[in-house]
Amino acid sequence: MPNFTLRVNGVETTVDVQPDTPLLWVLRDSLELTGTKYGCGAGFCGACSVHVDGRLTHSCTMTVTQAAGKSVTTIEGLGANGQHSLQKAWITEDVPQCGYCQSGQIMAAAALLAQTPHPSDSEIAQFMAANICRCGTYARIQRAIRRAANGGAK
Amino acid sequence: MSALSRRAFIKTSTAAGTGLVISLYLPTSGRAEEQNALAPNAYVSITPEGKTTIVVARSEMGQGVRTSLPMILAEELEADWKQIAIEQAGASTLFGDQTTGGSASVRTCWDPMRKAGAQAREMLISAAAQQWNVPHESCKAENSAVIHSQSGRKLTYGALATAAGKLPVPDDPPLKKGGYKIVGKPLPRLDTPSKVDGSAIYGIDFRVPGMKYAALARSETVGGKVASFDASAARQMPGVSFVDKISDSAVAIVADSTWNAFKACRALKVTWDEGPNKDLTSSAILDSLRHADESKAVKFFSSGDVAKAAGRKVEAEYHLPFMAHAPMEPGNCVAHFRGTECEIWGPTQVPQDCRDTIAPLIGLKPEQVKVNITLLGGGFGRRLEHDYAVEAALVSKAINGPVKVVWTREDDMRCSTYRPVSLHKMSATLDERGWPVTFSHRIIGPSINGQKGAQPVNGVDADFPDETSFGYPIPNVLLDYVDTETPVPLGWMRSVYALQMGFASESFIDELAEAAGKDPLEYRLHLLSTDQDIKFFDAVWRTQRMRNVLKLAAEKAGWARPLPRGRYRGIACFGCFSTYAAQVVEISMEGNTPKVRRVVVALDCGQVVNPNILEQQIQGAVVFGLANVLRAQITIDKGRVVQGNFDTYEPIRMNEAPIVEGYYVPSTEPPTGAGEPPIPPLAPALCSAIYAATKKRIRALPILS
Repeated sequence: MPNFTLRVNGVETTVDVQPDTPLLWVLRDSLELTGTKYGCGAGFCGACSVHVDGRLTHSCTMTVTQAAGKSVTTIEGLGANGQHSLQKAWITEDVPQCGYCQSGQIMAAAALLAQTPHPSDSEIAQFMAANICRCGTYARIQRAIRRAANGGAK
Repeated sequence: MSALSRRAFIKTSTAAGTGLVISLYLPTSGRAEEQNALAPNAYVSITPEGKTTIVVARSEMGQGVRTSLPMILAEELEADWKQIAIEQAGASTLFGDQTTGGSASVRTCWDPMRKAGAQAREMLISAAAQQWNVPHESCKAENSAVIHSQSGRKLTYGALATAAGKLPVPDDPPLKKGGYKIVGKPLPRLDTPSKVDGSAIYGIDFRVPGMKYAALARSETVGGKVASFDASAARQMPGVSFVDKISDSAVAIVADSTWNAFKACRALKVTWDEGPNKDLTSSAILDSLRHADESKAVKFFSSGDVAKAAGRKVEAEYHLPFMAHAPMEPGNCVAHFRGTECEIWGPTQVPQDCRDTIAPLIGLKPEQVKVNITLLGGGFGRRLEHDYAVEAALVSKAINGPVKVVWTREDDMRCSTYRPVSLHKMSATLDERGWPVTFSHRIIGPSINGQKGAQPVNGVDADFPDETSFGYPIPNVLLDYVDTETPVPLGWMRSVYALQMGFASESFIDELAEAAGKDPLEYRLHLLSTDQDIKFFDAVWRTQRMRNVLKLAAEKAGWARPLPRGRYRGIACFGCFSTYAAQVVEISMEGNTPKVRRVVVALDCGQVVNPNILEQQIQGAVVFGLANVLRAQITIDKGRVVQGNFDTYEPIRMNEAPIVEGYYVPSTEPPTGAGEPPIPPLAPALCSAIYAATKKRIRALPILS
């Protein structure tokens, strides 16, 4: 099998997988970074959201060939020791229920705040509509994003 | 080994934060085995170092049991909440039925966990009293220590653990009657830190050394079987090590990664024997309900005689489709068959059922099958089935090694178990003032428990006692059930029959209020105006408690105030899982499409253990329920499920989520269900709001079909 080199959470790493392997399964199976989740395999749900060269990306629809040479950030690398402002806001607002979609939600929220540091409620809802939560944590996600945008204050 | 191994990361990250460590894969025995520890029962142990471990014998699927259940025990233990560690029990013989479902975790663990905590507390107090040579009654427990107030002496639970462990375990320790310090507080969930940094381990994340990955080709035609298969192409695919039939209806592929297994599964050529259902359609199923033999109807609730009364007759018919749970984490399970034993790690609501079902299928005894429970990426009833675990065990035995079975989203949508279809025939007679003299509700549809071979209760599906109810003391009432058969696999989905019953019953009450020319809230309050206890199966529904939730919802929603222009609202109430729920739904119309703006929920679920988690459950139930009420349905065509992914079965997204406000009636009654009761009033309240906007009655779900 061919080798592909990518930079994941700041560490250059080489994996030996099929060229059409989605980045999602490289992260999960090859690199044991299981915080990034499989939800639909088709870009409908956002559970697999990561940042590739700073852009919000569905890792289930990007192949390792496309990701090679690029810099990938996953939930495990978003903040040192899980202390990104969004992660702290998520804890303060006690957002997760089952929690399965939350890595993707947080990665999407980080991309939103990178482009729009002070989003309106409607901007938050429109942007975050790409990520499904079956447990219905949306109200708390919105509160947590507002809190993070406010520097941790309510 | 990659440079990015996250195992070390997990070790540091889960120990940070609240200081509370969730140990996921500890023994299934339930009891910590440390020497010199106090371990009076299966639920709690305290080491001489003071480490207090509380065992959770239910599955964490988002409903917060790894926080709320330990709170119940810690309250009686008088424990310092910050010193608590949690252990997840796997399938065991120590905890009774460990099934997680029926909004029952807090209900059924309330008594045993209080007793377990109180046993340990009393033994710790006795140990201290003996050591100080003072009466037991002169000592009290507080914050993980025993204190002798008169002398000011104090010993920590750790210091007392060994001595306390040698004392007899009291059978009937005194329980607190209030004055709670932990129960009733909106404490943060213990599992949150691990769910925001990627370290939480769900079934799909679990791995064991040397593990392979499996995907299965299953018959998508209901009841279809494998006629033959051509494995030649699949065997040539990268990483594939095994292709074979593992049951009448499935062929398994084993590979070295999830992706390689998925890909090879697509390359596999299976010829299916589609069987007798290959032409089945949803409309044919609905027709079969319409033409069911109603002479078979079984009465499950009645008062007076509905045949006697005369008056103005009102009739209506309601219908609901199949629905799918579609939890975010697709089906999966890890199994390791080792000849004389098999170990399972998976996201299951039924660890004991997994153990007992798997054992004979792989030639073992139940005690040779060890089932560990991971976190569940949503349950909603889907993981009350043991199918993923059975597949994993069969494949593991076939390859004689550890394997993880992973379902695709399409597998989840098309090879699942579904909320049953149902048809509801309603009729009532009204007196000259519009009050109902008779009320009849006939439910026609297939039985979940019947299909699974479970014994009926009083001639009807065994779920009816929890999920059907009738709370209005109308003089002549008849509720009966016509069981029909369907080959479509049925399952228990969040609120189960209560969704159907609530939709039909409360929508019809709304129609009666309209026919009487009365406000829907006032109509209900009038029907509930006298204090009565209505016996329903073994439960008792009290009109007073239903009145309270209706009034609370109405007050918080501002029912007495006019709405802004362009806003419309409806109200409904329903009782299930021993909990009373009322809801006001407020909408606007965008063309012909309702947009749900605000949902106000009021519950009476007895003593609330954790209001923070209750709020989550209320918000979640509304968002989960709204998808199916509005648009998400499962349809059958040519014997197969039409929908396959979230493009055709669309959950609610953030830009459509209404504001949800949850309220509860303060109560010291024992806790009742919370995760499901907020669902049933949603559809009738929403349809009532649509009627207010359009004068059009919605009598079939989904609304946007």
